[in-house]
Amino acid sequence: MRWLWIDRIVHLEAGAKIAAVKNVTSSEDPFGEHFPGQPVMHGSLIIAGMAQTAGILVGHTGQFAETVILAKVSDATLQADARPGDTLLYEAELKSFDTVGASTAGTVSLLSPGADPSQPSEPRRIGSIDLVFSHLDQNRAGAEFPEHNFVFGPSFKMVLEQSGIKTGIEGGIQD
Amino acid sequence: MTHDEVYAKVSEVLMDALAVDEDEVTPEAPLTGALGAESIDFLDIVFKLEQAFGFKIAQGELFPDNVTQDPEFVQGGKLTPKGLEALRERLPHADFSKLDADPSVAKVGEIFTVSALVRFCESKLQAAG
Repeated sequence: MRWLWIDRIVHLEAGAKIAAVKNVTSSEDPFGEHFPGQPVMHGSLIIAGMAQTAGILVGHTGQFAETVILAKVSDATLQADARPGDTLLYEAELKSFDTVGASTAGTVSLLSPGADPSQPSEPRRIGSIDLVFSHLDQNRAGAEFPEHNFVFGPSFKMVLEQSGIKTGIEGGIQD
Repeated sequence: MTHDEVYAKVSEVLMDALAVDEDEVTPEAPLTGALGAESIDFLDIVFKLEQAFGFKIAQGELFPDNVTQDPEFVQGGKLTPKGLEALRERLPHADFSKLDADPSVAKVGEIFTVSALVRFCESKLQAAG
């Protein structure tokens, strides 16, 4: 089972932009070590969340026909911590897309619970993450990879379907 | 667009894509050597050039693939005369002076200098009118 670092896609504009949320909970494994008694979501996992969000946008743009892998973190700046109880909002837009790969520009915002639960907090931008993705099928360079689309496997399919997005991905794919 | 304007835009793209300083981007600097570009950076550079200049770069147009994997073009770790010719034909903007002297496959990256990128962009802009 792949670790999912997003819970739901809240907006998807085909070939243009996407937004997803991640609810940070205190029961997550990495908090045992990062840090004991002071849980802070690791920056690399926030980048992973953006990679999954933007990767879905890239995959969706190509009708999930290509295996999309993260090729490069072009830029990543995070200015605040995410802690249990926070909600991370990932927003990404497609900057380039062609047969070889794609690039995206994204922002990360934080929604923190306030004292009054009836007043949801305004998203506060805490960083930006720009990524480059490669279409693996076009860039194998002689390397061997599984024949099936191991990126858009069942766990991504579940997130997409629960977010009301049709994937067209065949069932029975192995993660 | 003047030569200096094209050069400035290309420099900006390279500083952004390769996280290098302005003084490292010199006309003769090869992307893979002095500027530390790796294969995936070329994809990033292509995307950033497209955004900076507003033209489209087809797959293999700027950085051709398959030439160095073709046994007809490479033998014993060196480009054959046919391989060199194929590369020259596909990359008229590149600087072949060093590769002509030593046609090792490892040296292929050195033909992609900052000047070569600028010439490529100028030719694309000219073609677009």
